[in-house]
Amino acid sequence: MADNIPVKSFLNEVGNISQFTGRFFSQWYRPRYEISEFIRQCYFIGYKSLPLIGLTGFIMGLVLTMQLRPTMVDYGVESQIPAIVGIAIIREIGPVLTALIFAGKIGSSIGAELGSMKVTEQIDAMEVSGTNPFKYLVVSRVLAATLMLPILTILSDAVSLYGSYLGVNIRGQTSSSLFWIQVIESIDFYDVLPAFIKTYFFGFAVGIIGCYKGYNSSKGTEGVGRSANSAVVVSSIIIFILDLLAVQITDLLGYN
Amino acid sequence: MITLEQKRTKKTQLSTVIDVLSIKNLYKSFGENKVLVDFNFTLHKGENVVVLGKSGSGKSVLIKCIIGLLNPDEGEITVLNEHVLELNTTEMDKIRAKIGFLFQSNALYDSMTVRENLEFPLRRHWIKVTQEEVNELVKQALDDVGLGYTVDMMPIELSGGMRKRVALARTMILKPEIILYDEPTTGLDPITGKEIINLMIKIKKKYNTSSLIISHDMNCVKMAADRIVILLEGKCYAEGNYETLKNNKDPKVMQFFE
Ligand SMILES: Nc1ncnc2c1ncn2[C@@H]1O[C@H](COP(=O)(O)OP(=O)(O)OP(=O)(O)O)[C@@H](O)[C@H]1O
Ligand SMILES: [Mg+2]
Repeated sequence: MADNIPVKSFLNEVGNISQFTGRFFSQWYRPRYEISEFIRQCYFIGYKSLPLIGLTGFIMGLVLTMQLRPTMVDYGVESQIPAIVGIAIIREIGPVLTALIFAGKIGSSIGAELGSMKVTEQIDAMEVSGTNPFKYLVVSRVLAATLMLPILTILSDAVSLYGSYLGVNIRGQTSSSLFWIQVIESIDFYDVLPAFIKTYFFGFAVGIIGCYKGYNSSKGTEGVGRSANSAVVVSSIIIFILDLLAVQITDLLGYN
Repeated sequence: MITLEQKRTKKTQLSTVIDVLSIKNLYKSFGENKVLVDFNFTLHKGENVVVLGKSGSGKSVLIKCIIGLLNPDEGEITVLNEHVLELNTTEMDKIRAKIGFLFQSNALYDSMTVRENLEFPLRRHWIKVTQEEVNELVKQALDDVGLGYTVDMMPIELSGGMRKRVALARTMILKPEIILYDEPTTGLDPITGKEIINLMIKIKKKYNTSSLIISHDMNCVKMAADRIVILLEGKCYAEGNYETLKNNKDPKVMQFFE
């Protein structure tokens, strides 16, 4: 019924997601703490994403540098490449790209996993086995995603910059120490801090949307596929919206 | 077969009747869809009751209300002398430890091995249990269903019948006083179905449990039921043992026995 009216179903969805998020905040700090499940999730969500995040970060740094180079040479500011790439990666590309890859990998896997647990009644089975499935499944995953994404972003930034260093050296020649000094000098604390803080929000968004979609999956294998898919789509959109908000806020605070 | 049937009925009649589960005036609807309308029911200790009903008649909804997975709109449910609808989460978990629930879809955790599946309710309900006790209970539960060798397999490696038996072992591991079976034989071939029914009967004898079995499998009804309840139009429409219901002339009852 309501699904026929796009605006209404959109608002409905927003309401439901807010409610789900509210439930998270009312439960996460209460015992019983699912520590071992949380650690297991950190391993899966964090450690297992490392290769993918590292690879994409590396390529992005390298490609960005090589693409920038001709223009910079034209303007005669070739030596500024490390500074510019450094700022671009640390402030924007690193956090957002990592979050998007993270949404693709982790958001979909959480959506599919919880979705299939839902439709095969595994979540109900947990509930009758003396477990609060919301805490066991949702809280542990959302916390793990929130805490792991910032770490992954830092690693991705580092690998990206290393890729950029190689990119600089394909044509020109810059010593490693000079490259890093240029990068570090171009960046100040107020570049790093907002970029770092927003990754927590990105991680939280990916975790909560993946869990929400899985937890509310409709019956059947098709429902599971749809949960996984819309987990990625919705969390990617939210990442961009949060990014937009973050830049407005830093601007207002005068840190830009 | 019939003599065994009668013997069993006699046995329950002789012992003093204790109600382990009683449901009074239960109502549950989803929006406009009125699923349960004034449903009444009691389960006596040591009894196997089969609830018969068509697909979509609300059988799963009924037992999910009993275990607290769904909240009924109105009514009263008493399990082992506790009013389950008035319990808080901790109290509810205590009651749930005494109720086994075999899910229609087995609900084995795919990401865990058979051993971890069986350990899950143990570790979750009984905080104080040593590793040796856990191992012993897991082994015993799997041996009861004849699947000791699958202990380190993943659910995905098992056949449908084996999965059902593992699920049954997991249901049994806490030695529940009441077991709720949601269509234990649906989706299995008749022979495997019979094996499962025999297991259910064996387990009932061994641990003296009371069971509420949801089914539309006539084999299951014939073999396992001490009493049959027909769930129709959201009510307990008719009740009795196999013989009386089979001879019932009401067409709505007869359709189940054709
Ligand atoms: N969570 C729910 N939300 C909305 N409607 C539901 C829900 N669960 C069950 N229903 C509705 O309740 C009715 C009874 O469903 P139920 O699953 O109890 O059927 P059943 O008797 O177990 O059937 P089957 O033999 O196919 O398992 C159906 O019409 C179903 O659409
Ligand atoms: Mg059902």
